[in-house]
Amino acid sequence: MDLENQRRVKSFAEQYGPENVVVLLGAAEGEACGLAAETVTNGDPTYAGPLTGVQLGLTVYHVCEPEVKEEFDPAIYDEQVSMMEMVLDVDDIVNEMSGIREEFCKYLH
Amino acid sequence: MKSVIKGTGYILVHAPDMVLHNGTTQTIERMVNPDGDYLKKLPDHIRSFDEALAYYPNQVYIGNITPEELSEVAQPWYDKTSPVRDRCGQFGQIMPEEEFLLLMDACDVFDLVRMDTEFVSRHKDAFARNPMIDESITERINAGTDSAEVARLVNEEQAEGLYHKDELVGCVIRAHDIDPSLSAHVMHENIVSKASSVLALLSAVSNAGIAKEEIEYVIDCSEEACGDMNQRGGGNFAKSAAEIAGLNNATGSDCRGFCAAPCHAIIEAAALVSSGAYKTVAVTAGGSTAKLGMNGKDHVKKGMPVLEDMLAGFAVIIAADDGVNPEINLSILGRHTVGTGSAPQAVISSLVTEPLEKNGFKVTDIDKYSPEMQNPDITKPAGAGDVPLANYKMIAALAVKKGELEKADLAKFTAQHGLTGWAPTQGHIPSGVPYIGFARNDILEGRISRAMIIGKGSLFLGRMTNLFDGVSFVMQANTGSDRAAGISEDEIRRLIAKSMKEFAAALMAKEE
Repeated sequence: MDLENQRRVKSFAEQYGPENVVVLLGAAEGEACGLAAETVTNGDPTYAGPLTGVQLGLTVYHVCEPEVKEEFDPAIYDEQVSMMEMVLDVDDIVNEMSGIREEFCKYLH
Repeated sequence: MKSVIKGTGYILVHAPDMVLHNGTTQTIERMVNPDGDYLKKLPDHIRSFDEALAYYPNQVYIGNITPEELSEVAQPWYDKTSPVRDRCGQFGQIMPEEEFLLLMDACDVFDLVRMDTEFVSRHKDAFARNPMIDESITERINAGTDSAEVARLVNEEQAEGLYHKDELVGCVIRAHDIDPSLSAHVMHENIVSKASSVLALLSAVSNAGIAKEEIEYVIDCSEEACGDMNQRGGGNFAKSAAEIAGLNNATGSDCRGFCAAPCHAIIEAAALVSSGAYKTVAVTAGGSTAKLGMNGKDHVKKGMPVLEDMLAGFAVIIAADDGVNPEINLSILGRHTVGTGSAPQAVISSLVTEPLEKNGFKVTDIDKYSPEMQNPDITKPAGAGDVPLANYKMIAALAVKKGELEKADLAKFTAQHGLTGWAPTQGHIPSGVPYIGFARNDILEGRISRAMIIGKGSLFLGRMTNLFDGVSFVMQANTGSDRAAGISEDEIRRLIAKSMKEFAAALMAKEE
C-alpha cells in the first residue's frame, strides 16, 4: 500500500478510534486486496511504510463484497460499480478478504 | 485542415547501473534498509545488454516484432529468447548504457556532465557510428575529466555518480550550491530525460522522411520538471531537446499531466496543425530514471531478472494532411472532466463510450484500443495484474452494459479489439502512445481503419487534487477529403475558365 495512504489510514484510526473506521478497497486483484487488507489489520507486510509493525486490526472490505453491496443504493451501485463487478474475479477477492478479516480484524461484530 | 501522423520514433536505453543507483525503490531502500537482503541480492538479477536485446517486449517496442506476434508467445517472456535480437528496428533503437552516457554528455550545455577521459576515448567511436548520431552531436562531447577528479566530485561535492558495469565513469555535478531544484540529483534526472527525448526525436524525424527544418514546434510530455528554485518546473525540455536534435526552425513548450500527458500533447499538436498555426509539430518524451527497478523487490523475490532496466522515449510527428497518412479525428475526443468522478466505470465511459456515442459509433466500431500498454511480464509478478487486459475487460463490460456486445463475447472482444502490452513501466511511456507506430502501419496497410488511443493519469500523486485524469483520441484511415476538395476546387476553376473562353470565342464568332 502507498506510503502516504498508510499514513492517512493511521492518522484516521488515531483521530476517530480504530473501532469506528472501515477501510473500503477497490483493488482489481485478489493478491493486491490481500496486501492492502493485511496492511491495515496486521501491519505493512513489506516493512516499508508507517504501518510497519502497527496492528490496527481495522474492519476492511472490498467494494464488490456482498456485505458492502447490500449497503448501496442499487442505482448508484449500477452506475458506479457494476462494470467492475463484471470484470473482477469477485470470488477470489471475497476469499482473500474473508481470510484476512478472520485472522486479523479486531472490531468485527 | 486535417492533421496526420507522419512518422514515429520509439527508443529504449539499457540502463542497468542506473537501476542500482537512481531508481527510487533502490535509493529509498538504501536510506531505510541499507543492509537488507534486497540490495544484496539485486546485482545478481541485473540483465546484460544482450539479454535486454533478446527480450521480446523490447523488440516489439522498437518495431521488430508486432504486438500480434507477441501475443502468440506464451507468458512469461523473461525466460524466453526472442529470435530477433537487433539493436535497431523500424521505429528506433535500443541504446547501450555506455553510448547513452556519452549522449548525456553531448546534451549537457552547462558543463555539468563530467565523464572520465579514458571512458570517453574508449566509447566515442562506437557512439559516432550510431546511425542517429551525426557530427553536430559527437563534437559536443567533452574530452573528459580525470578519474580522480570525478571521484572527488562525487565524494566531496555531492555530484551524482555515473556508473558503467559498476565502475564510476563520470558524474553530474550540481548546477547551484544551495538551490535544491538544481541539485546534482535533479540535473541527472533531467539530462537523462532530455537525452532520451533527443534520441526519440532524431528517430521520428528520420522515420517520417522529413527535413529537420520542417518542424516548427515541439511539445515535450515527459514527467520531469526543470527550473530553478524561483520557477521549479518552468521548462522547457521541448526546446532544449530540439536544440540538440538540430531542429533549428522549432520552438516548443512542455505539457504535463502525469501519464495522460502524451495524449494531451498529441491532441494539442493535432489542433495546432489543424488550425494552421504550425504545419509540422513533434510530440516527444524522454525516459525516467526514478522508475527504474520500481517493482524490483517483487522481481527479485520471485527469482526473476529486474525487468525495469530500460529507459524509454518516443516521438510522434504530426503534420498537415498529405492525403496518405492516418488522420487524428479531432471530433472524437474523450475527456475525463472535473465532474466525471473517479469510479472506473465513469472514467471508461468518459474516455470511450461518450465520445463514440456523440459521433454515432459503437464500441465495436473501433478496431483496436490502446489504453495503458504496460508489459504484463513486469506488472503481474508485482501483483498489479495485466493492465491492458484489465482495460479491455472494462471496455467490453461497458459495451455489454450498453447492449452493444453479448456477455458471452467478452473474452473474444479483448482478443479482437485489444493488444498484448509490451511497454516498459516508465509512467507516461506506456500510456496509449506505444501503439501509434504500429497503428499507423496497420491503417496504411489496410488491416484496420480506426484505433483509439487512451491516456490516463493519476493526478493525486502530485497532492494538488484528488482527481483522476484522462483523454482519448481516434486515429483513422486518411479520408482524402481535404485533398479531394482541393483538387475539385482547382478543377472547378479550370472548368469555369474553359467555359468562359469558349463563351468568349462563341461571342466573337457571332460578331464576326
